[in-house]
Amino acid sequence: MSSVLSAQEISRALIRISHEIIEGNSGASEITLLGIPTRGAHLAHRLAQIISGITGSQVAVGTLDTTLHRDDLRSKPPRALMPTIIPSQGIQGRHVVLVDDVLYSGRTIRAALDALGGIGRPKTVQLAVLVDRGHRELPIRADYVGKNLPTSKSQIVSVHLSEVDGSDEVLIEEGPA
Amino acid sequence: MKRYLLSGGSLPDGTKTDLLIDDGKIENISPHIADVKAEVIDISQSIILPGLVDLHTHLREPGKEDAETVLSGSRAAAKGGFTAISAMANTSPVADTAGVVEQVFRLGQEAGYCDVFPIGAVTQGLLGKTLAEIGAMADSLAQVRVFSDDGNCVDDPVVMRHALEYVKKFNGIIAQHAQEPRLTLGSQMNEGIISSRLGLKGWPAIAEEAIIARDVLLADHVNSRLHICHVTTAGGVEIIRWAKTRGIQVSAEVTPHHLLLTDDLATSYDPIFKVNPPLRTQTDVMALREGLADGTIDIVATDHAPHPTESKECEWQEAAFGMLGLESALSIVVQTMVESKLLNWSEVADRLSIKPAQIAGYSTQGQEIAVGALANLTVINPSKSWRVDKDLLASRSRNTPYHGYEFPGVVTHTFFKGIATVANTEIVARDSV
Amino acid sequence: MRHLLSISDLNKRDAVLILDTAVELARASDGPMKKLPTLRGRTIVNLFAEDSTRTRISFEAAAKRLSADVINFSAKGSSASKGESLKDTALTLQAMGADAVIIRHGASGAAKRLADSQWMSGSVINAGDGTHEHPSQALLDAFTIRKHLGKGKSDLDGISVAIVGDVLHSRVARSNVLLLSLLGAQVTLVAPPTLLPVGVESWDAKISYDFDSVIPQVDVVMMLRVQAERMSELYFPNAREYSRYFGLNRDRLKLMRQESIVMHPGPMNRGLEITAEVADSARSVIVEQVANGVSVRMAILYLLLAGDSLGAGGAL
Repeated sequence: MSSVLSAQEISRALIRISHEIIEGNSGASEITLLGIPTRGAHLAHRLAQIISGITGSQVAVGTLDTTLHRDDLRSKPPRALMPTIIPSQGIQGRHVVLVDDVLYSGRTIRAALDALGGIGRPKTVQLAVLVDRGHRELPIRADYVGKNLPTSKSQIVSVHLSEVDGSDEVLIEEGPA
Repeated sequence: MKRYLLSGGSLPDGTKTDLLIDDGKIENISPHIADVKAEVIDISQSIILPGLVDLHTHLREPGKEDAETVLSGSRAAAKGGFTAISAMANTSPVADTAGVVEQVFRLGQEAGYCDVFPIGAVTQGLLGKTLAEIGAMADSLAQVRVFSDDGNCVDDPVVMRHALEYVKKFNGIIAQHAQEPRLTLGSQMNEGIISSRLGLKGWPAIAEEAIIARDVLLADHVNSRLHICHVTTAGGVEIIRWAKTRGIQVSAEVTPHHLLLTDDLATSYDPIFKVNPPLRTQTDVMALREGLADGTIDIVATDHAPHPTESKECEWQEAAFGMLGLESALSIVVQTMVESKLLNWSEVADRLSIKPAQIAGYSTQGQEIAVGALANLTVINPSKSWRVDKDLLASRSRNTPYHGYEFPGVVTHTFFKGIATVANTEIVARDSV
Repeated sequence: MRHLLSISDLNKRDAVLILDTAVELARASDGPMKKLPTLRGRTIVNLFAEDSTRTRISFEAAAKRLSADVINFSAKGSSASKGESLKDTALTLQAMGADAVIIRHGASGAAKRLADSQWMSGSVINAGDGTHEHPSQALLDAFTIRKHLGKGKSDLDGISVAIVGDVLHSRVARSNVLLLSLLGAQVTLVAPPTLLPVGVESWDAKISYDFDSVIPQVDVVMMLRVQAERMSELYFPNAREYSRYFGLNRDRLKLMRQESIVMHPGPMNRGLEITAEVADSARSVIVEQVANGVSVRMAILYLLLAGDSLGAGGAL
């Protein structure tokens, strides 16, 4: 197992992404950050804090669970549902920035887009991820990326966040033979 | 007629002996009989019992031949070691006239696997209102002596009193199905903790006990004999015990399933366990076993109740009441009473052959095993066991609760008036007599 | 677990999971598009052999919100009108490719018979079998109680509930006693002695014949429906006497605790076990129970069906 992002590198990446989000949307007043549970939700809250530190005002932030819209439900036991909490500003006509830890096949994001469709009609939907490890199976791309990480499909990428795992780190290892 | 030499078996009292059957009778009983003309049957681990006598059998003919006929029921009886069965009257038409009982009697003779003694109804149509033609049935070819409305209770005390009185003229006995109908309207299973959880209407023990109490007092008052069918409750056993200490002429039977099974089996909602009177609690089971051991309960009677598959392959409420019993009866007695040392083999012979014949007045059955007696004999090997397969039973129906159970005691041979109806555990086909 | 036949099939973790899932599903259904694609392609059959518009519609709404196809099979079988047997009905449903059968039947144990038989391979959900159980009703009742009185806890620890009325014939009572005590609540059954089953002392509940003394001690008063037929079956002298001792009326409402609520599984006999005034009062959550029923039933369908249709399936 080797480390590909240290705690410091993660922190710098999140700061850079926050600036990029503000720049890409000409300000943060029409942005709603929605993190995909579990770790995407924590990242979204971190980004919200950083952005509001930069702009001086509160940023709308919430969570969006994608379980009910997954396309692989029938091949696995049903998962417990995570909370979907849309902030009071809503998503209608706003710039929704989805936040997740790892972008891989793209199916989670496809499910997130479906879930958003059931809630309302954003002006735009953008995507911020900490790690993009390639191997897309659908035409999905991220607008803001912490680190591009070329991987092989046999490798496992693990994102650790202090809120959940006690420390900040991104690790990569070979999977089972 | 064939000559049989049963070699190396034991009598109920434990005596090791050989036994020679010829011309329908027991010709010789002594160790090491040599006889070149006889077919020798090695029964070295087995017990020879007097042929079993069932006082409570539902043969369904006439009227419900899809479930059982006199012929198929007789074959099932032979397989279970019975040489006599008693056909209950709740057929269609009801056996409340000489005509019907004679029909059943003739069918039994034609089948030829065992004695079939018809039981006559107490009341016309089993409706409990007016007495059936008890005299005509008693004087008929069938010579009926046991009368029962089984399936129904003779609940009107006046009717029951008159029945007990009237039957004395014909040396008969009334066999009561003790169930107060108003306390058991729509009842499905024993009333208790299990029924409260399952949402099935309860059949309280007192509905049986109240009738038993009333009828032993009635029998005493009019000085008549009374028989209580399928006792299922500890309270019922106590009342009968009390009655006997007072010298009241009451006899009682218990079924094999009530010696073994309890009401928690209903939790599966599988109506294979639905029976009337219902399965009760472990306390009742133990009281019945003790009652059978000390003679308060005089006999075991099967209450063999065949039902077609569709009557059991449905919701509990829709299903018919009743279980098969002939082919598993003796094994259950072995498991619950002999293996637990509550009964020895002489007592088994008493409870399953001698006493039933005595109560019903079947003079050719239930005889002590002695030279000169009719050769109605059952050979059982208690050291072997068998697995119940509902598809391999001799009965026409499949409603046994014991499918898959392993039971001790295999009936290897049954002799009916000297003829082997079962040999090496297989039924021997009878040509028409 | 493939079926939901009885509350006794659930452990505490399963029960809490159902309630928590219902919370999320209620939230998801609150959006402008109430539909979720989760059970698309599944066929769910409502097999209702007993009349029940409200439960059937509730299950139907739940199934449709998850995009399942719903077929309504109103089979008046059994005793009264000898229709098709349960077995034949089940074989038909199997041929129709039913992934799940929601069964409401007049015979106790009918759901279990269906589930244990080899007649069909889908999931069986008990929507009320005779006087045995009504698991989804108990779950929506627990959901409602937790929402009002749970104070953020995942279970019902510390909450006391009175269940009042014809316990003897009530499948709602049986399921509720099992579930409420599983979740840590204290249950008291209040009824005339004739309407309590022999064996009730073995249940996880206290028993009282005195409604007035119980009311101030509980957080929830759950009224059961008393069927008119019971009057003719001699369980109590007449409706007047029943209402006098066991009816929830204005005077009894005044005895209730500050935060306590009134519940009823419906349909109500306004004037018999509950007065119109009480049913429509601020304490009553009866209408909300119905809405909660859809979310809870969506949770049940999701947890039993959303997974691998060939394997053991189910998160429970």
